[in-house]
Amino acid sequence: MPYVAVAIGGFFGAILRFSVSEWLGTWNGLNIATLLTNWCGCLVLSWLNTVTSEQLPIHPHVRLALGTGLIGAFTTFSTFTVDAWKLFQNGQIGLSLAYVLLSVLGSLLFTYLGFKIATTRFFSRRAGV
Amino acid sequence: MNWLLIGIGGMIGAVLRYQVSRFVNRHVDIAFPYPTLFVNLTGAFLLGWFTRDLHTYFPTLGSAPFLLLGVGLCGAYTTFSTFSYEAVMMFREHREWTALFYVVLSCVGGFALSAIGLYGLPK
Repeated sequence: MPYVAVAIGGFFGAILRFSVSEWLGTWNGLNIATLLTNWCGCLVLSWLNTVTSEQLPIHPHVRLALGTGLIGAFTTFSTFTVDAWKLFQNGQIGLSLAYVLLSVLGSLLFTYLGFKIATTRFFSRRAGV
Repeated sequence: MNWLLIGIGGMIGAVLRYQVSRFVNRHVDIAFPYPTLFVNLTGAFLLGWFTRDLHTYFPTLGSAPFLLLGVGLCGAYTTFSTFSYEAVMMFREHREWTALFYVVLSCVGGFALSAIGLYGLPK
């Protein structure tokens, strides 16, 4: 059963990622969609993991489907590394470096933000978390 | 049809990633996120290799194999969100150096392995 949950989440996560990249396309050879999906995914996963472990108990299978399946498949590491190399190969070295830094630092920042949103008293239903 | 191929690839990729993390967590009891590191490094290599060579193995199928195995499978098999979450949690646990090591190792390893996939082993 946990496998089914992960599979269903992965199915929709990958399709969502593809839809975003079809919709946004590339900007100057830069795959802006991968950057945005990774940022959004980091924000949501961090929020979800924090909320479900501290305030909002949900069924472990639902958590697997959403966290491991959906958001895990929505965000991607392999496309990030390959795209950075493609930019580098095209001679867009500055852009490639900016893409790497923006991806990594931005994602860490959004992850922290997701955690903060989940633990800030203003947003959480239970005070004092 | 494209979305279906990607969905099926995504399904397999996500289940593979889940299986790796289950397997590693059952056999190794450590506080370092080896499962995510493993999937991201192997996935980076695979996507590099698929980007370079996959169309030559299936010349008649057009972009379908890459959509299934590259965009779908590799994309879903590797993950950025869990990687980032683990790094931030290590920071919060005041394991700053471990977190930094994890981020640098993932990136350097990921770039090296995807380069091997894309361009072959350095001669």
